[in-house]
Amino acid sequence: MYPFKYHRPTSLEEAASLYNGSDDPVYLSGGMTLIPTMKQRLAAPADVIDLSGIESLTGISVKGDKLTIGAFTTHAAVMASADVRKHIPVLAYLAAQIGDAQVRNRGTIGGSVANSDPSADYPAAIVSLGTTIHCQNRSIDGTEFFKDLFETALEPGEIITSIEFSMPTRAAYRKFPNPASRYAVVGVLVADFGGSIRVGVTGAGPCACRASGMEKVLNDNLKPAAIDAVEVPDAGFNSDLHASAEYRAHLVKVMAKRAVAAMLEG
Amino acid sequence: MSNADTGIGASVKRREDLRFITGEGTYTDDLNQPGQTYAAFVRSPYARARIDAIDVSDALNVDGVIMILTGADMAADGLGDLPCGWMVKQKDGSDMVTAPHPPLATELVNYVGEPYALVIADSRHAARQGAEAVMTDFHELNPVVNLASAAQSEQIHAGIPDNRAYDWELGDKPATEAALAGAAHITRLDLINNRLIPNAMEPRAALGVYEKGTGDYTLYTTSQNPHLERLVLSAFVQVAPEHKLRVVAPDVGGGFGSKIFVYAEETAVIWAAAKVGRPVKWVADRSESFLADAHGRDHVTHVELGLDQSGRFVGLKVQTTANLGAYLSLFGSAVPTYLYGTLLAGQYRTPNIYVEVQGVYTNTSPVDAYRGAGRPEATYVLERVVETAARELGRDPADLRRMNMIQPGDFPYQTPVALVYDIGDYEASLDRALEAIDYQGFPARRIASKDQGKRRGIGFACYIEACGLAPSQLAIQLGAGVGLYESGEIRLNPTGNATVFTGSHSHGQGHETTFAQIVSDKLGIPFDDVEVVHGDTGRVEFGLGTYGSRSLAVGGSALMMAGDKIIAKGRRIAAHLMQASVDDVSFEDGKFLLAASNQSVTIQEVAFAAYVPTSYPEDLEPGLSEKAFYDPKNFTYPAGTHIAEVEIDEATGEVDLVALVAVDDFGEIINPMIVEGQVHGGLAQGVGQALLEHGIYDEQGQLVTGSLMDYCMPRADNLPDFIVDTTITPCTHNPLGAKGCGEAGAIGSTAAVMNAVTDALGVKDLSMPATSEKVWRILKGE
Repeated sequence: MYPFKYHRPTSLEEAASLYNGSDDPVYLSGGMTLIPTMKQRLAAPADVIDLSGIESLTGISVKGDKLTIGAFTTHAAVMASADVRKHIPVLAYLAAQIGDAQVRNRGTIGGSVANSDPSADYPAAIVSLGTTIHCQNRSIDGTEFFKDLFETALEPGEIITSIEFSMPTRAAYRKFPNPASRYAVVGVLVADFGGSIRVGVTGAGPCACRASGMEKVLNDNLKPAAIDAVEVPDAGFNSDLHASAEYRAHLVKVMAKRAVAAMLEG
Repeated sequence: MSNADTGIGASVKRREDLRFITGEGTYTDDLNQPGQTYAAFVRSPYARARIDAIDVSDALNVDGVIMILTGADMAADGLGDLPCGWMVKQKDGSDMVTAPHPPLATELVNYVGEPYALVIADSRHAARQGAEAVMTDFHELNPVVNLASAAQSEQIHAGIPDNRAYDWELGDKPATEAALAGAAHITRLDLINNRLIPNAMEPRAALGVYEKGTGDYTLYTTSQNPHLERLVLSAFVQVAPEHKLRVVAPDVGGGFGSKIFVYAEETAVIWAAAKVGRPVKWVADRSESFLADAHGRDHVTHVELGLDQSGRFVGLKVQTTANLGAYLSLFGSAVPTYLYGTLLAGQYRTPNIYVEVQGVYTNTSPVDAYRGAGRPEATYVLERVVETAARELGRDPADLRRMNMIQPGDFPYQTPVALVYDIGDYEASLDRALEAIDYQGFPARRIASKDQGKRRGIGFACYIEACGLAPSQLAIQLGAGVGLYESGEIRLNPTGNATVFTGSHSHGQGHETTFAQIVSDKLGIPFDDVEVVHGDTGRVEFGLGTYGSRSLAVGGSALMMAGDKIIAKGRRIAAHLMQASVDDVSFEDGKFLLAASNQSVTIQEVAFAAYVPTSYPEDLEPGLSEKAFYDPKNFTYPAGTHIAEVEIDEATGEVDLVALVAVDDFGEIINPMIVEGQVHGGLAQGVGQALLEHGIYDEQGQLVTGSLMDYCMPRADNLPDFIVDTTITPCTHNPLGAKGCGEAGAIGSTAAVMNAVTDALGVKDLSMPATSEKVWRILKGE
């Protein structure tokens, strides 16, 4: 690691002021991407602003038909939360698929979402579960949040404070893990909101997105086989040593069918 | 005194594990010296380039940087090249062509990660900062990366045309070709044995100390063979004379072969310690391990197996191109030749075998021994082609193997490829394995899988390996630079407990337990009274270290011989104590017994008398400490059958290894629990090669799989519950009857898994690893 200044603010205001006062700042949430990148000397921020001291960022709450998760909540906490398991069990399932126990104990939902890693798991849920991303001064619709590879709608210095989820009547997530990193080569979340189907896909393209073609056929015919009729072109899909774009396109359909089957089986 | 719970054959829990699992082990990086400095290596970013100029002025200005040393400095001090320890003779009788391998590159760099300078600083951080600040003008050259076309590519080393280190052969070419010409059927197969990157849990490390007052050097390093390290550093590299250099390999966290070799880094560190006048430490990070540890395997092979009408093997012809990397590593020349070609008879009575191997240089990390070293490659070739022949002929693969197997009555069996097998019972392990996998039930399981959209396959590997390296004269005749005996010493202390010294080295094998079991059993003293010392040239007289599954068969045998000497001397002391004739004194279970009497003295009493000789034979030296060098009479030949069963998901191409059976004959077993653990680890690595692991360079010679995010190591959830069993034919030529078990798991399982995968897919071959995308493409007919 290169030398940097470490800060641990206790309020959002203090965090923002530290950010604005630095030439090269970075926020640290769980650090599951940032710390390894810094250790490999691929990132050299001047100021690391650790958000762990801001208590308001942690916690899970239910209000009416919404479930809200603080940005600093760890994957392990989401996995174990009685509220999540009761109201959005698919989210607890998804969190349990992330990384390994060490990663789940440190990594946070806000950190993962803000990073927009193309193969992260959470983004599939963000685009499909009727979410709102709350920041200090505004809120962003989950379907509008991811812009590109590691690019989001966040402005410089903006912090995700919490993520608000709608509650599907039923849903399922299926992931094809990279055998080495266990990130999603492809992950598909299928959610049923009282007859309206939403499909979120991660891993395939530069960032997570909804699969409107699949949603359309599933709204007409909610069966795994319905997916067969959908064309998933691989243009623009990621291609690397673990999976070509063509294979990823194929896996999107397979994972979607499995998610639909799992959802129907309950 | 009974040692039933701790003697030979008992599953004693490993005494070393408590310190390992509680974080109390002492690894090289746990050692620190007063005034210690830190080294960081400056490494080539290019696969092939000329170094035009190195500017260290900025680096010297980095806070904390003390000294920067380059390859030129090392050459100016007269240090020698890193040697290759095994001379391979070519077909025409000439010596192989060895490229000079300076520890720090001087004019040319030949692989990404090759070190050419080191920065010494007050802290690890400053050393790294300094290394980054070294400015080097490189003139890039076209790298040679592709193994198959390396001989037709640009010449890497001056004076080595076709990038070929050697063109080697073994066996009778005309007879083999005639046999193939007359064969009723020939099965042909083109195979790639994928490059592997070892990834021991503890990365390599070195701490060099120079005592100015005495001129003594001490090198603490992650070595599987500290005496060999000392020998090479003094005799070849000439860092320091042997008697002024002590090499200590403390706790070492795994090696798998990668820590046998003498590398640039520890060479530079011990040299630099004297230059700086302060101790110098270097610890690799994982990225350095990926780039600069010797890699394994990496062959391209064409094989032809001829069979007669009845299915008997009549001839086997193998042509292999082996990737040696940029330089010949310590045993890099021997692995694809003497540890490979000699194993191609396998368990079969194939009368005619011919193998030729081209060893070629490429601009990649040097390739050397990795768990199994040549024998997994040989087993892969043979067992893949045998299985393919069975399929082509519509024969049951178990039956075809069985009819060709060397029978118990055939031993000693002279193979057509130099080795003489002493003993074995190959059908015994095949039968046990067939039973364990429930071979009869396979067709029903295949149908059940099909009903669930899965393709099921089963695959065999009946392997043999040559372990217990090696009879010294034979090894030296074949080109080895050293004999391959082992030393053992048993020092009975005055109070009757024992300190045992072995020249082999434990870096996960559990010698502190098994060797204590042997000595405890041999001398009838309590297990807890035996301490095993290894890994320190300052304490252990000599040794050749641990690799090739040799420690027990060779090092353990040396301890048995030392034990015999202890007993012989003890009898004389005991006879004196009992005022009897030596001929009337026998030894059993820790007691010297006088015949036709109820008199006896314990070995502890004898030890005390040896050091406090109040009543003692006049013509006998005091003390009770004996050493022995054991030189094996032959290799040992562990063998067995591994059977794998896989299920392939037709939708995704994922391969699920659902069952893996390993029935091995390791000869006599000292500690069954440790043996089972060794088999488990080996199987995991063998499966890793078949399904997950692949060291990949791009066209520019950059290592694409340079981290654990991309290089896929096997994990527990990739593996089924192994079914492991043993059969026993005791080795005929060592006192323990032991053969060795360290590598077998990685030797048989790879071929078994790939035979299962190709069976499930109904294809002749696919290249390892069988990743889901490759399998998916086959499933969709590509």
